[in-house]
Amino acid sequence: MQLDRAQTAHVAWLARLSLTDAELERFAGQLSSILTHIQRLGELDVADIAPTAMASESDRNVTRPDEPRPASPREEILANAADVEEGSVRVRAILEETA
Amino acid sequence: MSRYETVIGIEVHTQLLTRSKMFCGCPNDYAGAEPNTHVCPVCLGAPGMLPVVNETALRYGMMAALALNCTIPEFSWFERKNYPYPDLVKGFQLTQYSYPIGSHGQVNIGTDAEPLRVRINRVHLEEDTAKNTHVTNAAGESYSLVDCNRAGVPLMEIVTEPDMHSPDEAVAYLKKLRDILVFLGIANGRMDEGAMRLEANISVRTPEEAEAGVLRPRCEVKNLNSFENVRAALVYEVKRQAQVYDRGERVRQVTMGWDLEHGRTVVQRSKEEAQDYRYFPEPDLPPLRFTAAEVDAVRAGLPGRRHEIVSRYQQVLGLDAYRAELLAQSPAFAAYFDAALAVCPQAERVANLLLGDFMAEVNDRRMDMESTAGLPPAAETAELARQWEAGEVTGPQVKQLLPRLFDTGEGVEAAKAALGIRVVGAADELTPIIEDVLAANADAVEKVRAGQDKVFGFLVGQVMKATRGQADPGTLNRLLREKLGVAG
Amino acid sequence: MSELSALTLEQAAAGLRAREFSSVELTQAVLDRIGSVEPDVRAYLTVTADEALTNARAADQRLRNGGASLLCGIPGGIKDLIATRGIQTTAGSRILEGFKPPYNAFVIEQLRRDGYVLAGKCNLDEFAMGSSTENSAYQVTHNPFALDCVPGGSSGGSAAAVAAEEAFFALGTDTGGSIRQPASLCGVVGLKPTYGRVSRWGVIAMASSLDQVGPLARTVRDAAIVLGCIAGRDELDSTSTTRPVPDYLSACERGVKGLRVGVPKEYFIDGMEPAVEQAVRAAIAELVRQGAVPVEISLPHTDYALPTYYVIVPCEVSANLARFDGIRYGVPQPGETMWEAYANTRGSGFGAEVKRRIMLGTYALSAGYHDAYYVQAQKVRTLIKRDFEEAFEQVDVIACPASPSTAFPIGAKTEDPVQMYLADIFTLAIPLAGLPARAYEAASEWSHSQCRERLQVGGAQ
Repeated sequence: MQLDRAQTAHVAWLARLSLTDAELERFAGQLSSILTHIQRLGELDVADIAPTAMASESDRNVTRPDEPRPASPREEILANAADVEEGSVRVRAILEETA
Repeated sequence: MSRYETVIGIEVHTQLLTRSKMFCGCPNDYAGAEPNTHVCPVCLGAPGMLPVVNETALRYGMMAALALNCTIPEFSWFERKNYPYPDLVKGFQLTQYSYPIGSHGQVNIGTDAEPLRVRINRVHLEEDTAKNTHVTNAAGESYSLVDCNRAGVPLMEIVTEPDMHSPDEAVAYLKKLRDILVFLGIANGRMDEGAMRLEANISVRTPEEAEAGVLRPRCEVKNLNSFENVRAALVYEVKRQAQVYDRGERVRQVTMGWDLEHGRTVVQRSKEEAQDYRYFPEPDLPPLRFTAAEVDAVRAGLPGRRHEIVSRYQQVLGLDAYRAELLAQSPAFAAYFDAALAVCPQAERVANLLLGDFMAEVNDRRMDMESTAGLPPAAETAELARQWEAGEVTGPQVKQLLPRLFDTGEGVEAAKAALGIRVVGAADELTPIIEDVLAANADAVEKVRAGQDKVFGFLVGQVMKATRGQADPGTLNRLLREKLGVAG
Repeated sequence: MSELSALTLEQAAAGLRAREFSSVELTQAVLDRIGSVEPDVRAYLTVTADEALTNARAADQRLRNGGASLLCGIPGGIKDLIATRGIQTTAGSRILEGFKPPYNAFVIEQLRRDGYVLAGKCNLDEFAMGSSTENSAYQVTHNPFALDCVPGGSSGGSAAAVAAEEAFFALGTDTGGSIRQPASLCGVVGLKPTYGRVSRWGVIAMASSLDQVGPLARTVRDAAIVLGCIAGRDELDSTSTTRPVPDYLSACERGVKGLRVGVPKEYFIDGMEPAVEQAVRAAIAELVRQGAVPVEISLPHTDYALPTYYVIVPCEVSANLARFDGIRYGVPQPGETMWEAYANTRGSGFGAEVKRRIMLGTYALSAGYHDAYYVQAQKVRTLIKRDFEEAFEQVDVIACPASPSTAFPIGAKTEDPVQMYLADIFTLAIPLAGLPARAYEAASEWSHSQCRERLQVGGAQ
């Protein structure tokens, strides 16, 4: 399995990671070699096997009662945010890119 | 007439009226609150935080699914829908993708005699996103402010098949859906607040294509916040798409918004690429299972269907459609009315009392029919209606007694005693009062005798006033007519 | 009094009870030890000396009042993936530099309930991704027994702190071997509990379906004491089990007589270091001498554990780390547009291994590849789980090596991710099946590299 630079760049965009040219080059190679190793999974015939998505399965539904608890103090919620304005977190304008 | 048939499918998102959020204990009453005051580390998506499913939201999902005649799966789980956005605190939204809580349902938007069925494709539960507000400040800087109060509020999405064939049908479906959800008590149906959000998919096709089951590309219109806007946008789109085809052009499959000011749909700039949501099961939540017994228990707890209640009030009790609809406005109201009928079977009288003076009292006190602790017991309200019907209290006395029933929680008899309320029904007690009134209103007496029957009511009123509302209306009427020598 | 720091947890607890020394003295001894060895070992990202002495004074009060638990007044180190209220919690990443959570993890609340002393936050591979602790954005931790070698990872700081007597115990997290492999390389006991045994609430997620918190300590009994404290149902972690917590300490009294010990043939492979094989074989022989019954077993899908793991983990990683965008917490970077700022924040905030796994997972889940990778891996995971279920019909425990090699030199594997992944080849199948495992001391002698090799014992739930 080979990932080329363009595919690697596309995946980096999906994951919202800006990569340098050198990183793109290196990751394309490394991801290709990891994927080659992973390809071995395809050797097994698992057509009739049920997938395991999680290690724990409960025989009853795990839920909580619908009881409100106090929210956190706002200064605590915002304490780790980089840019706060009037109780909200300030971010750059969200401009939709043109198609 | 257009040579095209219209095809419409509807997607509705509604917030659920739980007390806490979908996956954390934050209170779900953020409307009007200061930003970021209904937030905890879980709904902020802070590192290491884990979701726990709100059992009431799950039950509400089942209730909606059953009321929409859906199948509930034996197995379900939440999945992560991955897309980056500043209003999505975890970078993914938890939603029931592969196993919605309801599927294969239907709603009848016609009548029993002429049903018009809209198939429900799916009903699923998910979490709401945070809210971004775009701001341009005095310095001309443009940016967005993120408020997480809405993040994690339980949200239900209901998607139809493309079964509606006119804007009117689409609006009829939406009204019906809103009635069902509001009647179940699981949603407030408020579109202006964004608690209920509407999206319509619309396309047109020729009758031949309809025959062959072929669909043309559809446009999705979002941001519709009233039924009027849905109708206007759909009417506009039907016409626009027909014109595009008539010009020999093609309709592009796009997402649009409704420009209220100019009364037109506008293409919202599409994203740079199609979204790739990379769904996979949420490993932090064990799968959900719904046994037949659990589903039956939820079904048994459902309030009767609203349209069934309305038709019972009309057909069995003989009430008119308007009052029947009002009495069935919520399960609580209908239950109160039904309980009152058990004590006083005169449906007309009970309905008039409830929809009149009783509701006025409820509204004045800023209460609602859910506030069971604050309402007089249904049996006492019914007793008041019974006495009114039997002439044991008068209309004006009902107005005096009701506030006391609300205030004190006393029974009707105790309230009457406390207020000194009784009915003056004995002829020897009423006759001298009537004679005094007639003597003082000679003009009016003349007019009545001359055939002006309207003035009779004035005289009745004067006697009532003189008895401080205590005169028995039947006896008063009879005696007054005798004295005046006019027929009833 | 620096010799105090060399006691086992149990000895220290006994000394506190006998009033031989106070928790303040014990804590000061550990802080002194940290002061002297930390320049060489570098196990801690943050040493919380003030917090530790405050905890110690409170513990001394509780000890005087009587009825205190065994952990009362005992200094421990906490992997910096585990949230500590008001104390910087970095996950070993630049993107969380300065992040002070307004909450304690469930396990921290459990330890606080028992009156432990927080010595500091231990170094780790960034977001627990790695097998050598070289992926920390902050510092390289050195193996206390061979300073030019790695301590293993990702809980390398925790293992090194315990081995270097800078704490009586430490908490680590294990996803595919991150407790057991460093315990093995540093010569301490490390235990990965059954999935769900310990709450993950407040533990920064790497792969949610596998992550589990567990203890590292100098003896099995010490590890049992710590596990007894942190285990238990947590209403805030839907995957935490409702099964009652057994008395682990008294379970340590049970001998191995009659115990059926499975020895999986697939775990004794070509290319394994002879020192490792000798040590593990010797340890099994010792178990047999004490009355255990060896049974050769087969775990036929062992070869597929690594590729399965390296699909499932990156998929979960890609979603779990999507929240780190520098907006609500973390360190943001500028950019021309919002998306550019977003990508710059993540591009410069994450290290190479984290980015590699995010990309791998994003790719494996993306349209067109989802079934071939993610669904296929989930199905193979079922086969691996079945291997263990079938084996545990014949045996009570499984004994195998925890690592194919002894500690390797710093820098030896950093350029080749697959080689680094192979360092976990013996530890990652067990969590795929949700099972518990413990790394034990296998050799009583120093091996030639002066790194002790460990035996791994996996158990049925």
